[in-house]
Amino acid sequence: MMSSLNAIVPILCVTAAGLAAMIAESFRDRGEAMPIAGLGIVGLVGAALASMLLWDRNLSSFGVVTADNFGLFVTWILIIVGLFSMVLAGPTIERERLPLGEFYALTLFSLAGMMLMAIASDLLIIFLALEVLSIPVYVLTGIRRDRATAVEASFKYFLLGAFSSAFFLYGIAFTYGLTGTTRLDRIGSLMAAQAMSPTPMQLLAVGLLFVGFAFKVSAVPFHMWTPDAYEGAPPAVTGFMSTGVKAAAFAAFARVFLAAFEPLRGDWSAVLWVVAAATMILGTFVGVTQTSVKRMLAYSSIAHGGYLLLAILSANDLGKGAVLFYLLTYAVTNLGAFGVIGLLENRTDANDHIEDYAGLWNEHPALAAAMTIFLLSLGGFPPMAGFIAKWYVFSAAMKAGYSTLAIVGVLTSVVSVFFYLRVVVMMYMTPAGGRVRFPAVPRAAGVALAVSAILIFYLGILPTRVLDWAAASISTIF
Amino acid sequence: MSFPILSSLVVVPIVGALLLLFVKDDEPHAALVRNVSLMVSVLVFAETLLLWSRFNAASADFQFVERYAWIPQFGISYAVGVDGISLFLLVLTGFLTPLALLSSWESVHTKTRAFCMFVLLLEAAMIGVFISLDLFLFYVFWDAMLVPMYFLIGIWGYERRIYAAVKFILYTMAGSVLMLLAILGLAVLHNAQMGSYSFDLQRMYTLSIPEPLQFWFFLAFTVAFAIKVPLFPFHTWLPDAHVEAPTAGSVILAGVLLKMGTYGLVRFAFPLFPAAAAYFAPLLGVLAVVGIIYGALVAMVQPDMKKLVAYSSVSHLGFVVLGIAAMNTQGVQGAVYQMLNHGVSTGGLFLIVGMLSDRRHTRLIAEYGGLKRIVPHLVAAFLIVTLSSIGLPGLNGFVGEFLILLGAFRADPKLAAFAATGVILSATYMLWMFQRVNYGEVTNEKNAVLPDLKPRERLVIVPVIAMTILMGVLPNLFLRPMEPSVERVLGLMQRNQTLRAANTHQPSAISRQP
Repeated sequence: MMSSLNAIVPILCVTAAGLAAMIAESFRDRGEAMPIAGLGIVGLVGAALASMLLWDRNLSSFGVVTADNFGLFVTWILIIVGLFSMVLAGPTIERERLPLGEFYALTLFSLAGMMLMAIASDLLIIFLALEVLSIPVYVLTGIRRDRATAVEASFKYFLLGAFSSAFFLYGIAFTYGLTGTTRLDRIGSLMAAQAMSPTPMQLLAVGLLFVGFAFKVSAVPFHMWTPDAYEGAPPAVTGFMSTGVKAAAFAAFARVFLAAFEPLRGDWSAVLWVVAAATMILGTFVGVTQTSVKRMLAYSSIAHGGYLLLAILSANDLGKGAVLFYLLTYAVTNLGAFGVIGLLENRTDANDHIEDYAGLWNEHPALAAAMTIFLLSLGGFPPMAGFIAKWYVFSAAMKAGYSTLAIVGVLTSVVSVFFYLRVVVMMYMTPAGGRVRFPAVPRAAGVALAVSAILIFYLGILPTRVLDWAAASISTIF
Repeated sequence: MSFPILSSLVVVPIVGALLLLFVKDDEPHAALVRNVSLMVSVLVFAETLLLWSRFNAASADFQFVERYAWIPQFGISYAVGVDGISLFLLVLTGFLTPLALLSSWESVHTKTRAFCMFVLLLEAAMIGVFISLDLFLFYVFWDAMLVPMYFLIGIWGYERRIYAAVKFILYTMAGSVLMLLAILGLAVLHNAQMGSYSFDLQRMYTLSIPEPLQFWFFLAFTVAFAIKVPLFPFHTWLPDAHVEAPTAGSVILAGVLLKMGTYGLVRFAFPLFPAAAAYFAPLLGVLAVVGIIYGALVAMVQPDMKKLVAYSSVSHLGFVVLGIAAMNTQGVQGAVYQMLNHGVSTGGLFLIVGMLSDRRHTRLIAEYGGLKRIVPHLVAAFLIVTLSSIGLPGLNGFVGEFLILLGAFRADPKLAAFAATGVILSATYMLWMFQRVNYGEVTNEKNAVLPDLKPRERLVIVPVIAMTILMGVLPNLFLRPMEPSVERVLGLMQRNQTLRAANTHQPSAISRQP
């Protein structure tokens, strides 16, 4: 019995840290400083060590959770997301006097849900994980209760999220009705047996599940909640949800569609083609028109979701590896970018209007340089990680013969460079407007930003080792 | 294992730029920053000269090759090497970078450290482009080069610098991403034919690429390069970038960056896709001639010296493309030689325009006049550089243009005839500008007290003049080592002859080639 728990030890570590954070909060006096973030970091490091031990062992728990290398790779991405989010959230929590323990506990519980989603091999467990990860994120989005935008964002996100959960659940129900099981591997073999002529019921099941996932990864046309939620949430939370939720959802997306519903590929690939193209194009072109940096990055994250969809669509060895590598680089980069946004915020003003960045270079050369690195990496410039990630995706697309989508992909990434550069233009080439006073950068946050900048160069120049891991991760499944 | 000289050419400027990070970025340290960066760039130039002296001129192969597995999962290797074509472009890069830094000695006051860092990083990326023997590596340098140039234009440029910088980077990227897809396509094809991924240029030469694919890939590569050259009608970014860039930026932009486009045509687009190249060569030739004449005519009416020189670049680079499109020894050799010439003479012109605008803070021709009596040395230098740009025999420009016209005449006499008018036009607009600026009475009294060349400026312009004379008098010093490599590239371009013989579906439009 105990041995069957092995596969979920990383999740247990994070959950335990979350519980500890909650208990610590209840003993904390008002205004007392307590190293609760430290608890979370201990839990995450424990989870990282545990998943290192699980590597290559392909353990399974209760038959519904499989800690294969694919899941473990995503788990690591999520741990990195967690570490960065915790450290970068520090200044925000202090400034806004947010409830310390609640913030970290919610972050950790959400992370536990994401990690469960990454290794779940049963539709019901995926649904469970989806709810576990979503509910804390809804709360985190609205954690600044005194702000109307935060409440609106949280409410919008919650309603649409609940809506998409319902779709997802219907999809599971139909699948169960067709196959009598919710296990992904069994669904796969049963679908394969009758793949020649898919019934309308099967298509309905796939379609409903697709809609559920599309909401979570903010694929067009289910992206409506994204800009509002990203803008209303504190930047530290936005960084967390734009990377963590995406990583977990894409992991499950890949598992469900490339394992269970692979036999119906001929039917869903056309839909995915259109959705991927629309996501890339809409995310990019609407991003161009934004004047708030947060909203701009929200649309950019939609566009990046499009590239990930392209990788899933390509579905060859390259594509599956590309999903993992892309998620990793995207996580590191986007967390850094939102970290910078969070540092520039102050109590009364979000300071995220593009003009607020004018003259940042003069006042904070290091912060401006870090932001430039993040933005250029998002834009896909070598030798940053974003370039290798896009390279990987487009190789997969070219190999799979989706050259039209690859052309859409590269052209949209040129357009996206336009809006990333607008921020750079402001920071470097425009004199300060004098309105914004840039606050000092706390040491921990500075270190986190430096680490993510270094990681971006490491992944961009010497990606070999991580590419090996990504390749090893996909060899165990599908 | 000998000293990895080519890698050191890339590494030295990067290390130099990183070293500058340890120097304080304020006014008292600016001199130190300038000196360090100048020393680094001079060191690189010395290394390129060493490379030249040890280069085996009789060999057509790539020399000083270094090859390491880089990202083995995709068959990407760090492969660098140099042949007779890239050798001199390296020397040119090494030659112009210190001059560009020197030229900005006094005109760049703000953020000197960042300025010098960007120049050095730019140099590293440019050298990387010329030595890459792996398509992935090439693309990395090709794209990485955009970022420092973008900052140089955008931060230290003139009034409309932001517009120019963004236009520069978006234009170039738009072209290059399609090349990226073509490179990926080649790798996938390599995988299909040879069973493994590879981006190795020399292996790509051996690939047999089916014709429809060749056409697409050639177009993708050529559009990327044509934007960079810039070939008419892709040239509109160039005047903006040139005019708004600081002097150092213009010198490097005109001197080296534009050559990347023509270098790319010679190294990649033509030899990789010979059948498509033969098909499109006449079209490229026509565009080149249109560019020659159009650039010259537009240059003639420019009131702004920098803009005039910028349009003259469009015209001169048209000659280079014409030489390549001729696809014969004289044409290609002339084209490569003309790349060097243009780098030296147009670099020199931008340096001189920079000196004038440092003095008067204007680049309008009408603001000047009668400078000959006030600044005789400056005008003498101006004259030599102008004549070299026009192509006066005895100076460098003549040799290249002559070879190109010879090559073009063998390929298509009509085109050569039209192109030759460009030579006359270039004499017209350059001399007319020279005359309006330097001769006549001093009409603007602000000009009456201008100082002549300072020692630093002499240091900048004398090497340029020496080079124009050297290249004009002893062209064989350069042409000889180039020749075997040019022949090898032509051999690769002619692969299609056999291919064409085997293929009856070949469109007839290409049969113009001898």
